[in-house]
Amino acid sequence: MSDSVLFRRLAKSYMAFILTLMYVPMLIVALASISKSRFFVFPVRRYDMKWYENTFSSLQIQDGFLTSLTVAFCVAVISVTLAVFGALAYARYDWRGKSLFQQLLLVPVFFPQSVLGLALQLWFNSFGVVMSWEATVFAQLVWIAPIVTLIISIQAFGYDGSVEEAASDLGASRWQVFRDITIPLLSPGIFSGFMFAVLLSWGNFPLAYFTSGADVTIPEWLYGKMIGGYTPMVPAVGFLSVLAGALALAIGFSLKAFSGHKDNK
Amino acid sequence: MDSRKLTTRVWSSLSSGLLCSAPLFVLLGLGFFGPLALVILYSVQPRGSFSPFGTPTLENYRDIIEQAFYLSFGWSLLLAIISTTILLIICYPLALALKRYSGAMADILTLLVVAPLFVAENIRLQGWVLFFDKGGFLDGGLNHLFGFGPGSLVNNVPSIVFGMVYVYLPFMLFPILLGLSNVPADVREAALDLGANKWRIFRDIEIPLAMPGILIGSLLCFVISLGAFSEAKFLGKGVIVTIAQDIESAFTFGQNWPRGSALAVLLIILAGTAVFFAMRKIDLNKVLGTR
Repeated sequence: MSDSVLFRRLAKSYMAFILTLMYVPMLIVALASISKSRFFVFPVRRYDMKWYENTFSSLQIQDGFLTSLTVAFCVAVISVTLAVFGALAYARYDWRGKSLFQQLLLVPVFFPQSVLGLALQLWFNSFGVVMSWEATVFAQLVWIAPIVTLIISIQAFGYDGSVEEAASDLGASRWQVFRDITIPLLSPGIFSGFMFAVLLSWGNFPLAYFTSGADVTIPEWLYGKMIGGYTPMVPAVGFLSVLAGALALAIGFSLKAFSGHKDNK
Repeated sequence: MDSRKLTTRVWSSLSSGLLCSAPLFVLLGLGFFGPLALVILYSVQPRGSFSPFGTPTLENYRDIIEQAFYLSFGWSLLLAIISTTILLIICYPLALALKRYSGAMADILTLLVVAPLFVAENIRLQGWVLFFDKGGFLDGGLNHLFGFGPGSLVNNVPSIVFGMVYVYLPFMLFPILLGLSNVPADVREAALDLGANKWRIFRDIEIPLAMPGILIGSLLCFVISLGAFSEAKFLGKGVIVTIAQDIESAFTFGQNWPRGSALAVLLIILAGTAVFFAMRKIDLNKVLGTR
């Protein structure tokens, strides 16, 4: 278009700069996790894998990973289920409470999470609910299910509702329309929503911190160690958690590519 | 048109909407509005009370005013305003640069921006502490190369702002990107053809059309940075106390739930006012519906 070459280059290098900056802390964490000394000093004099050995042999950390994984999986499955219907109400149907619903749904997203976590702690306490990973699943749902609903809604806004009407005019039952038309049409949004839910839950700290009781997720374990005294196991666990997230993304996208490939045949 | 058929259709679509949204309404009621009501109830209980059903009093609010809690409110508000402003300045050109890409490249770039969100804030902040601290990546590296370094760059307010800007960048970027997608290329071209210069296009076309996205991004960043506390804890190492830290310590060390609740209510009012005024200017169907 009318933009000069210089301007385009400037835009490109600015973008590259910011994107690189986003990943600097992850790289430093990786570096710190393989340096031998108790405290991180740069340049690293000696490298060592012992912090990873300690990490892998720690039962506490294994527990943490298991808890985080369980919470993330439950949150993702439940929030996607709620959000598929929520997105239909959000984008597809016209109904009287729609704009109220649309606005209320945003409130938990636009809300300080530490305060939400504390409020839920107070709430659970009053009803005698024991704080545990199940309570954390509930707490994270309050924040993540609306986000997933918004993501699937973007998909639902984009599709043509007349396809559903055509199907029901041709005699398809409500369930058939839902299963054979609605779900496939929404599936790209469902996929992104599921990924978002897993990963947001995986990285979430404040909601877990106030609600998980004796169960400890990985972000909580890290927080505890960062407050109580740094050890190179902090970056080791941190980097492993980053790797796990990246792995989840990679698996998700290859599954998507694979299923897309199958559909095209 | 057959009016009976029309009414049944309206009725059925009306109930579908309600039916489909019901589970989320229940979730929000039990997981958000209920707890919030409880916090409000606790905030008017006598000091140190552990039951929400005592005689209502405003003593917690009086304590807050008398005991200089406005300092941490002031810090949180200042930090939120500064980091939101910086984020706007950083993210607008970034969104413009990202918008030039389409297809697979756009997907990859988007993924690169989102991915850090999925890493716990603690880990990323720890990375920056190791980067900026004395003997860390920056100081150690410069010392090694040139024989002198800046020493420790953490434990101060700018480092807290840096951390907040870093952590909340995607929350500003994506709404702006969404907003910018409301600016059709042919409108820009038409304006150019009609003799508008770049500045006028920016002011009279881009900004007004992208405004909903810009507002949502600013609002999101403002509200979540009001509730921030990890940045102040790890990068600031206690040089200032934010309101979220005050709330947390009232609940934990202080064992004073009513005070914590009253502080939380004030924070919610502050955030809520911002959300309320901004939301009146935003049409969500338009923002999410146009791609």
